[in-house]
Amino acid sequence: MTLGIVSYGVHLPVHRLALSEVAAAFGSGSGRGRRVVAAFDEDSTTMAVAAARGLVPDRSVESLWFATTSPAYAEKTNAAAVHAALGLGEETFAVDVAGAVRSGEGALRAAAGSGGLAVLADVRVGRPGSADESQAADGAAAFRFGPSAQALAVPVARACATAELLDRWRLPSELTASQWEERFGLDSYAPLVAATAGRALADAGLASADLVVVSSPHTRVAADALARLGGADALPMGNAGAADVGIRLADALDRAQPGNTILVVSVSDGVVATVWRATDRIDAARPAVSVRQLLAAGRDVPYPTYLTWRGLLEREAPRRPEPERPAAPPSARNLDWKFAFVGSRCDKCGFLHLPPQRVCASCRTVDVMSAAPLTEAIGSVVTFTVDRLAYSLSPPVICAVIDFDGGGRCLLELADAEPAEVVVGARVGLTFRRLWTTGNVHNYFWKAALLGGESVGQ
Amino acid sequence: MASNGIRDRVAVVAMGCTTFGEHWGRSAEDLLVDATGECLSSGDLTSDQIDAYWLGTMASGMSGLTLSKPLALEYRPVTRVENFCATGSEAFRNACYAVASGAYDVAMAVGVEKLKDSGYSGLVRPQIASDGTSADLTLTAPAAFSMLDPAYCAKYGVDPGTFREAMTHIAWKNHCNGARNPRAQFRKAIPKEKIAASPLVAGRLGVLDCSGVSDGAAAAVIVRAEDAHRWTDRPMYVKGLSLVAGPGSGALDPGYDWTTFPEVVASATDAYRQAGIDDPARQIHLAEVHDCFTPTELVLMEDLGFCGRGEAVKHVLDGAFDLDGRLPVNPDGGLKSFGHPVGASGLRMLFECWLQFRGEAGDRQLPDPRVGLTHNLGGRPGSCVSFVSVVGKDLSEEAA
Repeated sequence: MTLGIVSYGVHLPVHRLALSEVAAAFGSGSGRGRRVVAAFDEDSTTMAVAAARGLVPDRSVESLWFATTSPAYAEKTNAAAVHAALGLGEETFAVDVAGAVRSGEGALRAAAGSGGLAVLADVRVGRPGSADESQAADGAAAFRFGPSAQALAVPVARACATAELLDRWRLPSELTASQWEERFGLDSYAPLVAATAGRALADAGLASADLVVVSSPHTRVAADALARLGGADALPMGNAGAADVGIRLADALDRAQPGNTILVVSVSDGVVATVWRATDRIDAARPAVSVRQLLAAGRDVPYPTYLTWRGLLEREAPRRPEPERPAAPPSARNLDWKFAFVGSRCDKCGFLHLPPQRVCASCRTVDVMSAAPLTEAIGSVVTFTVDRLAYSLSPPVICAVIDFDGGGRCLLELADAEPAEVVVGARVGLTFRRLWTTGNVHNYFWKAALLGGESVGQ
Repeated sequence: MASNGIRDRVAVVAMGCTTFGEHWGRSAEDLLVDATGECLSSGDLTSDQIDAYWLGTMASGMSGLTLSKPLALEYRPVTRVENFCATGSEAFRNACYAVASGAYDVAMAVGVEKLKDSGYSGLVRPQIASDGTSADLTLTAPAAFSMLDPAYCAKYGVDPGTFREAMTHIAWKNHCNGARNPRAQFRKAIPKEKIAASPLVAGRLGVLDCSGVSDGAAAAVIVRAEDAHRWTDRPMYVKGLSLVAGPGSGALDPGYDWTTFPEVVASATDAYRQAGIDDPARQIHLAEVHDCFTPTELVLMEDLGFCGRGEAVKHVLDGAFDLDGRLPVNPDGGLKSFGHPVGASGLRMLFECWLQFRGEAGDRQLPDPRVGLTHNLGGRPGSCVSFVSVVGKDLSEEAA
């Protein structure tokens, strides 16, 4: 059975770094444009959740393939946290395809072969003032594969070439990458791009594709390949590493008409070329907000704040103890609450508890509760505070009491908010974030986000 | 709540209280020796006359050894209790009940906290292994209490500027009172303009809307009421004691509106019933309440029945709770002037009632107060423990 893409989602963080600030700080760089920046409480895992939520409403999928070059953990499977936050059943196989930019293609290929979910997410860090810093982007894309009869796009042909080159590399212990002389990469890749893309097009019986997408962390290689293959109107965004091919494919799907062909070429440690054809279902199956709309939105973050978020600038901590690391047994006991925001509803009186309780807070009935998943719920701010004393990588901490429509109250941090934006009655949704990291343990949980912001899921 | 109460069955016959402040040079042990020493000498007692001890401390020591070692006690029962900011009050409550039960003739309640050795500003409490999902893990105490402000303004249609004036008045009043108290940490009156403009800590709370962090200790000796005059001719009688721990549903229940402490209402109702008080605004002559943050004291005026719902802002600004008002609140300066050594605060409040009843309150002495109230709460709006005591200068007629 041929499988195709049945749904897709993209997450771009709301924050932007104005490159004029970098130019002002270092007296170098063009100073033009803005790059997309993950917030201090976002990482590849949380962005993966943001891109993939909504794609598995039935909480059932054959497999989950998570690609990133910036895994939040080594050894531990980050895809398991994504799996938990999406509320997937334990029978779903979830695995990291981690480490290389090319892993993005790996996840797409594996999911396409099995009818699974490919989730690609990356936080890209360059040395302060470097081209890598200004020409990168943070973000995530997710694709669910299913029977071609339900697909919005189907693969028509694929070709690939693998090449061992000392082109770009990074030691696992390092935050930033190195690159060999640019012309070496360009001269090495150019013939491979031409040959591999040519084979894919020939297999598809095409002379050219309607839309051409090129993804490469090597800026000149990407520009050269795009020019040679006749690509136009490339997504005006820096490279997002392992997520890049996914975000650009999503952008092409945003723009494709039924019947259009899309040539996707990713160049990293070789070349992968895939030809897709959009189906009649594409117009109905697109996300409500396009990649380009996400990119055009956003708010600037000061450069020193960005550097602090990425651990490149150590600032004075508040005179408060760091919160403790979350403990493994309670985190495991409360897995559905911590990762999937599942409360409990009293079967007798209907009172909704966040977090889940054994004794009903309203009628005191014991152990007569049903699970109540609430990640897609909307609520209102009852009261709030701006905590200028609390420990945070990005003070002040804003906390709000949220009453959800249909029941349930919870005190939550607000993500991506400015103090002046918060008022009693403001409407919020939920977003999966990393609260803090202590003792090498990431503390993942949900925050509230003001509606109208870009951080709330599809 | 079916509490029988111990109205007029026990009396306080000796008390001691250290100065509260940044005692860099003194340990918790030093503070305990000082407070219990002053307490014993005030009643002309020696430690071998004390049958049992209740020690309140939140985080400055564990077990009865915290008290028995520095005092070199001769193998006496010492019970350490903890109930957040009501810890000192809880030690007092338990000591009173032990004497009222007849188990002991003479008991001492002691409270101590050494906070300034931590290096942190604000209270730091030990954390329990958790799943890391509770916002309380990061949210500081001033932030939690600051949420009363927008909720109160929204519910009662109070102009935020007027609410801010009431917050300022409370801080100003308590600092004025504390300036007259040689045991207070802060002994200066502070102009209202300075309070209103102090640097923001959380929400609209400035630094001067928050009680300070300090070290201190206080102690009381409790005996059966009929024995009181063997120790002093001016004892303080216990009329009612109530402590409740709430179900903590404020952060869970949309029925909670963040403008009240239901735990305070419950404990006050219980204590008033035990003490035979049906009109607290008239029958209580001074109140020491838990002014951890200025909006807390404001809301407490309603929860304790000192004024009607939605009326506290007006009464505060009218001066009803000033030292010369109709019901002086925190005449000793409150947490605002004393700081808040958790285990000691509840006993420090009782100490002010003790001094006022005995006419020993110096510059802040009230004209003949006969009934006093002390109140602590520990925890946060919507999830707290609350303690209320009613104490008096006189035995009621039926008891006498």
